[in-house]
Amino acid sequence: MAFLALTILLTSLLVFIVTQWLPGDVCRIILGREAGPGAIENCRIELELDQPLPIQYLNWLGDFLSGDWGISYSTNLPIFPMVMDRLRNSLLLAMVTLVIAVPLAVTLGVIAGLNASKPIDNTISVGSLAVVGLPEFVTGLVLIQVFSFGLRERGLPHLPANSSIPPGTGFLEALPMLILPAMTATLVLLAYITRLTRAGVLAELRKPYVRTADLKGLSRRTVIVKHVLRNALLPTITVIAISIGWLISGLVVIENVFNYPGLGRMMIFAIDRRDLPLLQAVTMVTVFGFAIANLGADLLYGLLNPRIRIK
Amino acid sequence: MNENPLMNTSTEKPILMIENLTVEYDHGLEAVRDVSIQVNPGETYGLAGESGSGKTTLVLAVMRYLGSSGSIKKGNIYLNDLDLRSLDDGELRRIWGNEIALVPQDPQSSLNPSLRIGDQLAEVIRQQPGITPAEVKQESIAWLKQVRLPDPERVAASYPHQISGGMQQRVLIAMALSSSPCLLVLDEPTTNLDVTTQAVILELIHELIHGQTMAILYVTHNLGVIAKYCDRVGMMYAGELVEEAETLSLFSKPLHPYTRGLLDSVPQLGETKDDLLLRPIVGQIPAIGQIPGGCVFRTRCPIAIDICREKPPLFYAGESRFTRCHRWQEIEQGDVDPHQELPAVKTGSNGNFTRSASTLAVEGLSVTFPVQRSLKEVLSGTPRNAVNAVCDINLEIPPGSTLGLVGESGSGKTTIARSIMGLQETYSGTIKLHQLELPDRLSRRDLELLRLLQIVFQNPGEALNPHLTIGETLRRPYIRLMGLSNEEAARKVTEILTDVHLPPEYAGRLPGQLSGGEMQRIALARAIASNPDLLILDEPVSSLDVSVQAAVLNLVGELQADHQNSLLFISHDLAVVGYLANQTAVIYLGHLMELSGQGDLFQSPHHPYTEALISAIPDINPQKQKTPVQLEGDIPDPANTPGGCPFHPRCPRYLGEICSTEFPTWQVDGKTGKSILCHIPLVELAKSQDQLAQKGNR
Repeated sequence: MAFLALTILLTSLLVFIVTQWLPGDVCRIILGREAGPGAIENCRIELELDQPLPIQYLNWLGDFLSGDWGISYSTNLPIFPMVMDRLRNSLLLAMVTLVIAVPLAVTLGVIAGLNASKPIDNTISVGSLAVVGLPEFVTGLVLIQVFSFGLRERGLPHLPANSSIPPGTGFLEALPMLILPAMTATLVLLAYITRLTRAGVLAELRKPYVRTADLKGLSRRTVIVKHVLRNALLPTITVIAISIGWLISGLVVIENVFNYPGLGRMMIFAIDRRDLPLLQAVTMVTVFGFAIANLGADLLYGLLNPRIRIK
Repeated sequence: MNENPLMNTSTEKPILMIENLTVEYDHGLEAVRDVSIQVNPGETYGLAGESGSGKTTLVLAVMRYLGSSGSIKKGNIYLNDLDLRSLDDGELRRIWGNEIALVPQDPQSSLNPSLRIGDQLAEVIRQQPGITPAEVKQESIAWLKQVRLPDPERVAASYPHQISGGMQQRVLIAMALSSSPCLLVLDEPTTNLDVTTQAVILELIHELIHGQTMAILYVTHNLGVIAKYCDRVGMMYAGELVEEAETLSLFSKPLHPYTRGLLDSVPQLGETKDDLLLRPIVGQIPAIGQIPGGCVFRTRCPIAIDICREKPPLFYAGESRFTRCHRWQEIEQGDVDPHQELPAVKTGSNGNFTRSASTLAVEGLSVTFPVQRSLKEVLSGTPRNAVNAVCDINLEIPPGSTLGLVGESGSGKTTIARSIMGLQETYSGTIKLHQLELPDRLSRRDLELLRLLQIVFQNPGEALNPHLTIGETLRRPYIRLMGLSNEEAARKVTEILTDVHLPPEYAGRLPGQLSGGEMQRIALARAIASNPDLLILDEPVSSLDVSVQAAVLNLVGELQADHQNSLLFISHDLAVVGYLANQTAVIYLGHLMELSGQGDLFQSPHHPYTEALISAIPDINPQKQKTPVQLEGDIPDPANTPGGCPFHPRCPRYLGEICSTEFPTWQVDGKTGKSILCHIPLVELAKSQDQLAQKGNR
């Protein structure tokens, strides 16, 4: 826990310094090219940009911790509710993706691992690799073509191609719009998780304790479920937990394809407009997301693996 | 224990019958050829052989656990008339864990790391018909008690990593026996354990199976264990059964040159390199694709003649004796002798080295490892705990002499070696080479010091860089440490390869193309190339097969005689250390316990720990077996070393309070000059140990 706090504190410092280094004067951007020196000076005082850097940092950090994330330069709206709304959207998408991806990938991985080098394993391995090689905007467009336009042309129930859910939409209402982006993200994760699971199963199957279990006369099913999977899925679980960080803030391309209002697009928006407070807020939320996901992965791994269980 | 319906009670009919079994792997190579074995009720059949002999494949085939790459090509396996080859997977699983049970080699990896011991044992017991969950629990605990685990309830609730290797093996024994099988397979069950633990486990198995009617197939490369515990022996070589006999007759008069060679290549307790040279079997076990036609042993056999190009049948050589050698009758009558007496090579310096100043002097060496504290402990200011890996060790090695360092795993012997080499970051005490104190770290030592100190590690396969040719590896010390030019170094490489009895062409090969014994010769050549004053050998033969060990040990002696280096020879094998060393230091839990001169290691008085070590080694003479001194418990956690004498909690000769409160003082034996760290007067030690030795020879 202490390391988590330290990580976040250090990254906050880093985020602050990096944004300071970004070229361009904020007030110049806000007020435009024609603003006189007096107006710029006033603006700087107003935004407390005249203070020494350490003070600026502490002010910023204090405000940030107390939930006062400032006003967006580009929209003039309070940042906190803006980011929270996007965070909620991103979490929704991440959750739906995991619900689709994890059972699918783990099942495929286990099947491939148990049938190593047989046709079914080759099909799964080659298939998942082929899909991961395609960029998200290609798989996303293909999915739209098939499940949205394709089904609509035939007059069948279809999924929406545009996922721009308005703020405040309920989960059930939003769900149909989440499925296509979640499927696209699934295709990215699929090969990775499947291969890892397959490797885990294969590695465990070769261990002597599997022979011990077999020679106890247990059924093959019991041996696989009770003995092999328990150990084989440990690395997979860690990777899944870590991938949550990516799902929250790394889906820029998918969000763009589907016009989905997530954190990734907000970050691009903030960069485009040089909206420093917004950029800082989004980055901090992202870092926080990654840190929590990693901590969760470690805790879960410790919980499932008695060898490193915390006493 | 439930009565087994399949258990054969008549002594006439064998329980296990293997007929002309041939096992083939995917690539069409036959790992086991035409092997027939019978094991009778209540009989312990020892299956002996080195790695690559096919004994493991044979056992896996018998259990029908070959995996997808191997298959039974020919022959039959019957378990009490049940044709094991005809069973499908479901039927097999009813046989496994019911009729056939296995105690495997590596207890640590043979238990599921993420299930509790109790649950893993219960899986076997639960299969008994009509047993209730409460009874399962009860019987699990009863079995843990049966294999003499202290505090069985706590063990049942533990995970495998929380208990020691010896305890893990007890759990696996309990698992195997709790199903009351009619065939029990023991696959090298003590090979990965320390000698004293091995002794205790072997006695436990022996006791538990005593009087039972099950058939036991005992697979091991350790001939001493076979001599002590088996009724009959089958000797495997290159996939064939080359000799089979009752234990006594096999060991007293082997009728196959391979058996004879194996027996001769092991140093006996008390033999030293000044008495005789070890007699290795030339060459190495052929790889599975390169087995010679005719007699499989003929390329390594000292008495091979023309007829050996023909395949010998398994000759009947008297009651329950079989051998696959054309010349067995000549061997039996003593007309030919595959045993060649090799004269000892005098090393020259023995005995008169004491006057000159020592090459290496270790004074008061202590090494402690800090224990990682948790965040909570750091914050609450709990003092840092330390593991005392090595405590106040004093050693000296005169020029040209060999010091043997003996101890079990965790005793600190490798830490001592690392400290001398400068690989141990921090230590206290001084280490002097030629009376000059060595800088503690490798980075502070100059090239000349590196040249003078060299080390050979246990596993040559890991110690040699797999991407450098042998020539490149061997050129380095010449170029870097001796300052030779590339051409001179290349010439030297040819010389040193000849010195370690390898052809010069080997310079172009990669380590992966060499056998274990050959790789260890290269490692020796690399270390000796710079002509170091001190050469440390850390378990140099432990990873090698018995028939190859002897050749490497002879080479060590030979190189030392040529170069007059001082050796620090680290090993857990007392016979090997006793054979090679001029002086032997026995360490336990980082403390020096005993220091003995050449030939005195096996002479009383012994430190009680040394006594236990010596008694734990099974002799390859079935008539000369000792009752091992059984040490209770495991080596204590070095983080909480016991007060007083470090050995007192396990000492069979524990005197009383003085042992647990006062650190013992050194006593020197007048007769042998041995130094022993013990409270018991040496005269008393010697007296009772001699009596015990008399009684023990059964």
